[in-house]
Parts: sequence; structure tokens; C-alpha cells
Amino acid sequence: MTGTWIGMPAFPVAARKALADSQLRVNLRNATGTIRARREAVVAEKPDWEALRQAGKEIKDRTIANLDEHLLELERNVAMAGGTVHWARDAAEANRIVIDLTRRAGASEVVKVKSMATQEIELNEALADAGIAAYETDLAELIVQLGHDKPSHILVPAIHRNRAEIREIFAREMPDVPAGLTDSPAELAAAARAHLRRKFLSAKVAVSGANFAVAETGSLVVVESEGNGRMCLTLPEVLISVVGIEKVVPAWQDLEVFLQLLPRSSTGERMNPYTSIWSGVTPGDGPREFHLVLLDNGRTNALADEVGRQALRCIRCSACLNVCPVYERTGGHAYGSVYPGPIGAILTPQLRGAGADPVAASLPFASSLCGACFEACPVLIDIPEALVHLRAEAVDAQRRKGSGKGVGERLAMRAAGWVFSSRRRFEAAQRGAALGGRVLGRRGRIGRLPWPLSKWTDARDAPAPPPESFREWWRRTRGTGE
Amino acid sequence: MSAREEILGWIRSAVAGAPVPEVSREYARTVDHDVVDLFAERVSDYRATVRRLGWDGLALAISEELEAAGVGVLAVPADVPPDWLGVTDAVLRRDVPPLSTMDLDGCGGVLTGCALAIAETGTIVLDSGVAQGKRALTLVPDVHVCVVGADQIVGSVPEAIERLDPARPLTWISGPSATSDIEMDRVEGVHGPRTLTVLVVG
Ligand code: SF4
Repeated sequence: MTGTWIGMPAFPVAARKALADSQLRVNLRNATGTIRARREAVVAEKPDWEALRQAGKEIKDRTIANLDEHLLELERNVAMAGGTVHWARDAAEANRIVIDLTRRAGASEVVKVKSMATQEIELNEALADAGIAAYETDLAELIVQLGHDKPSHILVPAIHRNRAEIREIFAREMPDVPAGLTDSPAELAAAARAHLRRKFLSAKVAVSGANFAVAETGSLVVVESEGNGRMCLTLPEVLISVVGIEKVVPAWQDLEVFLQLLPRSSTGERMNPYTSIWSGVTPGDGPREFHLVLLDNGRTNALADEVGRQALRCIRCSACLNVCPVYERTGGHAYGSVYPGPIGAILTPQLRGAGADPVAASLPFASSLCGACFEACPVLIDIPEALVHLRAEAVDAQRRKGSGKGVGERLAMRAAGWVFSSRRRFEAAQRGAALGGRVLGRRGRIGRLPWPLSKWTDARDAPAPPPESFREWWRRTRGTGE
Repeated sequence: MSAREEILGWIRSAVAGAPVPEVSREYARTVDHDVVDLFAERVSDYRATVRRLGWDGLALAISEELEAAGVGVLAVPADVPPDWLGVTDAVLRRDVPPLSTMDLDGCGGVLTGCALAIAETGTIVLDSGVAQGKRALTLVPDVHVCVVGADQIVGSVPEAIERLDPARPLTWISGPSATSDIEMDRVEGVHGPRTLTVLVVG
């Protein structure tokens, strides 16, 4: 159940539906266009950017190679600073720990700061089942929660909503909505501030994730913008942080790398407005109790895969989503996972295990292997390489399953696996499609690739005019509209 | 088997034989610019107010900024330097005995110093040390006036990390509270202080 949206169609079906939604595509194109320009500007002013990326990659790989030791060191240092460390094998175990701690604190509600890990384990649903109300405090999460919607982006879960739609949701769902609310972003932000203020000031228990956990010092780091993170980390009596085991970094000094890479890659800022760093508890300042829940939930699966494990370097900046032509056209919901976009396409199937469900199995095929994600990634995750590798695994899993699927689809997956397994073959197939006169209608777009690739390309709208490569075409035309 | 033992076991069998790369740290540790100029420029990029002045003009500048921001009740850390408060006629709420969250909610603004500041990113860092107080102090009131000594400004993030003490709770502040959640553009003013005024002194 972890992170799978029950009833979610596999990627090709969901993508086809999303492609038909023109408002969604306009919203996504505008938002990702804005963020791409900002990211490029703040990356360009760092002459040492490549050296930072290299260091980021090496630190993460070094950590992963001795992950057990770093986690034990983290555990020791958090405990020494007055915190308590819990270990959770899976979502159910993590949720139970959070529920028990919340009950022990005598609370029936928690305030939450946006965290991918708690979305992944569907903590809010588990809390609700236990009679505990969870209040999301991040603006985008609030928009999603009030809109009875699902997140569609790692960083900006409501990226599929424009300001007019947000105004509609607030006007409809906020009991205390200011009269005459307009769609000016400043007014919308002020409405969210007023709406959540009492909750912050009276909350007893907060639940967060963390961007980094420093083994050497037992420090946790939360990077944010609005101040809702600071509210949650500082005001309540009890703080519970649910953190994936891959978030550990060995040394305090390592933060000098990631606190440069992350804000520039994610929101395209030199620095995000607020970063909180704390070790355990500090008497008279902040929560009286701190609990760290270290979460596996499939991460050790990914760790066991020599090619796939690089996905665990991910610092969740979302740059790969923002540059991805497939994501820009389909949006995040089509991926049917809390981790959408290129990183989701390699992380989700590994967390769930190859062939675990049709959504996970189809995700590695949700890419044209254009390489834009790899170029943007601040920790140099070779997403195309991992995709090709996972495609082969998905096809193997399919084959092992035998009659689990229709024979046609099984063959298609296998053949697709062969073609997708090399960039050269994939490009040849694209070229072949064009030369064979299969470029349909509109200028500069391929509607479909020949069978068996059509199994996937039927659902997308792949821009790939010959003789340019897809990559060159995207470089030349992106951001200019269609 | 406990979850801890089991997870550690899974990790050990998963990473057995994984290569352990050396970490090359060839990125810049310093910046080429005058750090005070650069800091002032970068802070103002975040739509914060920045003023540069000498120590003798500080009390007046504080009073002017509080008045401009409409702060009638001012929270201050227990150890705020008395000469900062020589001119302002705001009602003072000192954090001794400790102010509760609700007390802080009744304060229009807060005045603090900082632990250090980072020029390249326009960041001030608080560590609950001298003239800063606990973290909630600079969070709940809507206006934050921060005094930064020119000699507290370092050039780069690596220089800051080197000087900071990880045992203290740290808050890095780069401009007023903001969000990129509406169409991915930065809008100032959500839950943290909506007005940030930085006084660079010396
Ligand atoms: S894979 Fe790389 S670019 Fe994508 S979210 Fe993770 S760190 Fe960012």
C-alpha cells in the first residue's frame, strides 16, 4: 500500500488523460518555465557549480557505502543531544510509532510540515484512522488538502493549480476566508497565514521530515520558505521527524555543499528563506521532546541494486521534474506515485520492488531518455542509465509473472525493454518512425512510435522532429510554447 | 529481530563491496567581492530593507525602522545591548521571565543581533547566542529588525559552516518569509515575519 494510489491507472492511461487537460498543461508550462529560468540564473552565477555537484555525488556515494555505520553514529549523537531514535522497517511500523507518540503526548491533532517521507507512508490517512487530525501547513499542501486533491510535484504539490483556481479553493473551503479575496498571490498567502496561525500557536505535537541528518553531530536540517517549518519545529512541545535512512550525511562540513546545491536547484534561489538546524533538545528553546524515526520502507531494496542505488543520492530538489518534457506535458498525477517525474520513475519501482504493481512497472517507460534530468541533477544521478536498467528489470519481472498479463502486453514490454535498453536503439527507432512517414499531422511532433513502442508513446505527445535529436529539439524550443 | 537490527542487516548485505569514493572538495571557499557590499546587495534582492550605518547612529536607526514598520510593542532578548534602545519609545517586552508564545503573538516586532551573516547568499544566521534569544522570539512577531556587525559577515557558505556550532539551534534567514507555491514565483509574506530589516553596522 505504501505510496500506491489505489485505483490509479498505469502511466500510459493516466498520461493520456492528463494530456487532454489543457488547463493543467498551461499551468505546468508556466510554472516550470518560471522555475527553469530562475534555476539557470542562480546556477550560472556559481563558477564552481560542477565542483559542488561532484562533491555532492561523492559525499552521497561515500555515505551509502557505509550507511550502517553512519546511521549508528547518527543514533548515538541524537541520543546524546537528548533525542530518541526509532527504527521503522516499513510504512505501517513508522505510522504506528508516530501514532503512539502522539497519543502519549495526549494530543488529538498534529501540525505537519511538508515531507515526502510522510506522504510516502500515507501518515495522514493512518493518523485519521487513529482519530488524530493532521494539519498540513505548507501553502501548497494546504491547497492540495483543501482541494481534496493529490500532490503533483515534489516541491510544489499544487503546481497544477493556478492562482485563480487557488482562490476558488480557498473561497470554497476556508471557513475563515477573508471577504473579497482576490487571486493576488500576496492576498492568497495572507489568507493562509491567518487560517493557520491559531493552529501553530496552540499545537502540542508537530511532525516533520528532514532534508539532511548529520551523523557526526546528530543535527537535523529542514529547508523551507514560509516559516511554517520553523513554527512546527519550534513551538510545539513534542517534535517527531520521520526521515528516510538515505538522508544521513557523515560530516557537519558536508552541509556546506548541500546548502548550496539544494536552494539553487529547487526554488532557484541563492538561499531559501529559512533553514532550521537542531540537535536533540535545547532547554528553554523549542520542543521538550524530540523523536527521530528512521525509515527504510524499500530503501534497502534500492540499495541492493548497483545501478539503481544512485537514486538514493536524491536530495528532492525537483529540478529533474522542472526540466522534463514528459512531466511538463503529463503533470505529476499521471505517475500515480508521491514521487513523480524522472526521479519518481526510477525511485518508485525500486521502493516498491520491480513488477510489484502495474503503475510501478510502467514508470521506467515514462521517459524519452532525453537526458535533461541528468544535466540538471545537483547530485549527478544518471537517470537515463537507471531507467534503461529498470526497464530491463520490469520486462524480466513481467516475463517471470507469465500469465499475469495479456500476452500482447507482455511481448510489448519485452520488445520495448530491448529497444529502450540502449539510447542508440531508441534514437534509431525514433528516426525510423519519422522516415517511415509516421510523423502525424502537427509540425514537429511525433504522435506515435511504431509498435511495440506505441504501447507507451500512444499516450504521450512526443516532440521529436528529425533530423534533430529529441534533446536538441527540446533545447531549441522549450519555454517558447508550442 | 528488532527493526533496528533487521534494517542494519539489510543494509550490510546490500552495500557489501560497494566502492567508497574519496570526496573532492574543489569548490570555492571564499568570495572575491567586498563582503559588506555584497551582503547588502544580496539581502536587498530578497526585498528586505538594508541600511548601512555607524555604531553611533544605531539607536536612532532602530527607532526609525520600528516606527516605519508600525511596531508599538517590541520583544527583545534578555541580553539586548541597552544602547540599542536609547531612542525608541516602543513598549519593551524582555524575554525574562521567558515570554510565552501568546505573549510573543502580542508583540508587533522583535529586535536581535545575529551569530554571523553570509554575503554571497544574503543570509543572517541566528544561534540563540548573544543578543538573539530563543528561536520563537524571531518567529512569532511580524517584524524582525536584525543588527549585523560588519565584522560578523563572512563571504561564503563554507566559511559560515566552519564557524557555526552545531550543538546550538541554528536558524538561517534569507529575506522575509516567502513562498514559491503559487505558480512557482517568489511571493513575500507567509508565516514568518513579513518584514525583515537588516541594519549593517560598522
Ligand atoms: S533526482 Fe536529482 S534533480 Fe531530481 S529531485 Fe533528486 S536531486 Fe533533484
